[in-house]
Amino acid sequence: MAGEFGNPEVVEESVDILLIGGGMACCGAGFELMRWLDAAKKDGHDLTVKLVDKAAMDRSGAVAQGLSAINTYIGPEQDPADYARMVSNDLMGITRDDLAYDLGRCVDESVHLFEEWGLPIWKTDENGERFDGSKGMTSLKDGGKPVRSGKWQIMINGESYKWIVAEAAKKALGMENIEERIFIVKLINDKNDPSRIAGAAGFSTRDNKVIVIKAKAILLAAGGCVNIFRPRSVGEGTGRAWYPVWNAGSTYSMAAEAGAELTLMENRFVPTRFKDGYGPVGAWFLLFKSKATNAYGEAYMEKNKEMLDDYPPYGHAAVPASCLRNHLMLKEMKEGRGPIWMDTVTALANLRETLSPREVKHLEAEAWEDFLDMCVGQCGIWVGENIEPEKKNSELMPTEPYLLGSHSGCCGIWTSGPTDVGAPTTETEAGVPEHLPQGWNWGYRGMTTVNGLFTAGDGVGASGHKFSSGSHAEGRLAAKAMVKYCIDNKDFTPELDTDVQTLVDEIMQPVKTYLEHKDYTTAIDVNPHYITPKMLQFRLQKIMDEYVAGVATYYNTNAEMMKVAGEKLDMLKEDAEKMRAKDLHELLRAWENYHRILTAEAHLKHIEFRQESRYPGFYYRTDKNFVDEENWHCFVNSIYDKNTKKWTCFKRAHVDLVDKSKLFK
Amino acid sequence: MPTFVRTEKCDGCQGQDKTACMYICPHDLMKLDKDGSDTGHAMKAYNQEPEQCWECYSCVKICPQQAIECRHYADVVPLGGSVQPLRGTDSIMWTIKFRNGTMKRFKFPIRTTPEGSIDPYAGKAEAVMANIADNHFFNHNEQNGYRAGDPSELICK
Ligand SMILES: Cc1cc2nc3c(=O)[nH]c(=O)nc-3n(C[C@H](O)[C@H](O)[C@H](O)COP(=O)(O)OP(=O)(O)OC[C@H]3O[C@@H](n4cnc5c(N)ncnc54)[C@H](O)[C@@H]3O)c2cc1C
Ligand code: SF4
Ligand code: SF4
Repeated sequence: MAGEFGNPEVVEESVDILLIGGGMACCGAGFELMRWLDAAKKDGHDLTVKLVDKAAMDRSGAVAQGLSAINTYIGPEQDPADYARMVSNDLMGITRDDLAYDLGRCVDESVHLFEEWGLPIWKTDENGERFDGSKGMTSLKDGGKPVRSGKWQIMINGESYKWIVAEAAKKALGMENIEERIFIVKLINDKNDPSRIAGAAGFSTRDNKVIVIKAKAILLAAGGCVNIFRPRSVGEGTGRAWYPVWNAGSTYSMAAEAGAELTLMENRFVPTRFKDGYGPVGAWFLLFKSKATNAYGEAYMEKNKEMLDDYPPYGHAAVPASCLRNHLMLKEMKEGRGPIWMDTVTALANLRETLSPREVKHLEAEAWEDFLDMCVGQCGIWVGENIEPEKKNSELMPTEPYLLGSHSGCCGIWTSGPTDVGAPTTETEAGVPEHLPQGWNWGYRGMTTVNGLFTAGDGVGASGHKFSSGSHAEGRLAAKAMVKYCIDNKDFTPELDTDVQTLVDEIMQPVKTYLEHKDYTTAIDVNPHYITPKMLQFRLQKIMDEYVAGVATYYNTNAEMMKVAGEKLDMLKEDAEKMRAKDLHELLRAWENYHRILTAEAHLKHIEFRQESRYPGFYYRTDKNFVDEENWHCFVNSIYDKNTKKWTCFKRAHVDLVDKSKLFK
Repeated sequence: MPTFVRTEKCDGCQGQDKTACMYICPHDLMKLDKDGSDTGHAMKAYNQEPEQCWECYSCVKICPQQAIECRHYADVVPLGGSVQPLRGTDSIMWTIKFRNGTMKRFKFPIRTTPEGSIDPYAGKAEAVMANIADNHFFNHNEQNGYRAGDPSELICK
């Protein structure tokens, strides 16, 4: 039966393994998974799989535009322990070394696959001259030398990065096991065991169809969260967020509602980027050796250096934590010495003196390519404002905050790590709810604290700096563990704790609300019986911006402001039940925004709980404006109760598995 | 900085069920106006929520008619510039026009293998069930990329 708007077809399915998302992590998972399914089959375990993505895998997720660098490549010269140390320092000392180390030792395997599949990777020849990836030079696998734009980054021609990675994943999984344009709204626990996952429910944004899928194991890797804070551009430019505007916090909110423990949700990323276009600055700083200055040409990183002494030891590493670099810049802005400039003119002039003529010719192209391969909008700003980087400098600006776990942030889900790196097996902090696991591994790599629910990429908290390559590798680690979980639990048959009709009604409520009330007023957007998803989003953004350390307050908040925000969010959550959807597109927006609200609420609760300002430059609690190593060198974790709609925050002890003092020698 | 569709160029992907731009937009923005009731242009596509556009150019690159372009966001960017790609099978060409008329052209490689040619498991080992609890992938170090690490770095082991 084909459905109609308001009366959808209901499709019930049952698989062993469900992958939610089609981004870097799920593409990695798909590739790793099918090999293990073949092996399992030979052992008599016939496991089925399905991947659902709200978009088209060829261009879904954060890599849709492409990328100009792979930001995590360890290489044969560096140790996974060095990588774990860097991750830790950049995130102010509180990350899971077990997760970072494990990723560090595996990630290059994925990078070498990308090259085999056709991703062009820049190389240097024996004289150190650099060539783009079309040249057919020795592959990384066989010892080719990549062009490093930083200690961990390598340069690529990555316009088709996602296209290539998705092609491999689609071929591996088989198109018959993939359904695109399915938005998952919620996860469902097991009827007989609430600590287990049993399925997921969502709808098609193309056909009038609600889908309820039972699954033994689920990989939830639906990216990070964008647009919970009011963006700096609010007209047509609203969509110009730095992180992709379509990642709506589905990962964090659905995991929380299913009972999974979240970690470090107070962490956020406030990247400093080219103003308005949010083009990347990494290559400018690292490859072109450009400097950032205040309005008067003073390099604030040098001028305000002593401010780093307030935050030992994190300010004293060779590369101070990202948030502290913002901290030094914000001083200039707050004291009225803006605008902040990226001195592209001097940088390019200097390079012209040291490079071969052929390289100089490439130089200009490289500068443009950096944007064209991953942030075309920045070129739009440059052409509109007649900016040629060799002639005119560009402004820098810290963006609105984003929540993510794979880039330079570390919020996410508390996840089981590897067993062979010396991770704790007990918990020393008091107050962790009893039903939760003790140490850092509980059997299955990548599993959350809900049995059968796994995550990767932006979903895994406390281990940032994985980026595209690391997210792919992490998806692979989880996929393998999911196969083991399914085999170990072969006698388990999932039963949903909610009946199908209730799920359908819940998902379709915004449509019902619309159809019921639309004729009450003459103009469909203004109606006392409902709220449009767009207005709901504006309200959320206003609350977060003005009370929870958005750009409006220069990233400042305090306990009193957060109390007000909490009250406003409570009412917003209530009003979310009155969202309307006039078509399937708006139904998508409605549920995305519901996911955003829960994610925003987690962020607020965590900042409230942590009695310090752990990430100066990303946010400040003006009532606790210090880093308190004695009492708060720990994880802040939380669980959400979907029935009472309340959060519980608690501490977990932090342990170093690699020696951090090496950073400061 | 939204995309727009050139009226005379768009052919609605020739009345196919699924247009290329609708297929690809990661944010579900492109919409085919079947009967013209939204735009006055039947069987042509348009961006239904321009202020949500990430200007990722996915739709611009995929449109078989080159009917889609970007007019960078009017609340931020002065008029007159344009950044337009032509994506082929192994490279992409960009034509860049500044507000003051300056033009630049760039061509970059996009992939080194023919599109559609990836054979993900070609020449790769099978998975071995006995290794399923190990801390690495099915084709462990086949890619020469496993970094075992110096064991003495792990201070709690
Ligand atoms: C501007 C920018 C620059 C970056 N620069 C670099 C770089 O230079 N180098 C680098 O290595 N990395 C870079 N990254 C980071 C990299 O893109 C991410 O780390 C990586 O994509 C994260 O992978 P993921 O699978 O967790 O999420 P994503 O790749 O974002 O995938 C999320 C997936 O979930 C789907 N989805 C979301 N919600 C739902 C739902 N409810 N139901 C169904 N499906 C859903 C989406 O459609 C998408 O397929 C950059 C990212 C951005 C945005
Ligand atoms: S892809 Fe191009 S031709 Fe096809 S409907 Fe969209 S704009 Fe029109
Ligand atoms: S540029 Fe990207 S976000 Fe904008 S309409 Fe095209 S595909 Fe969608």
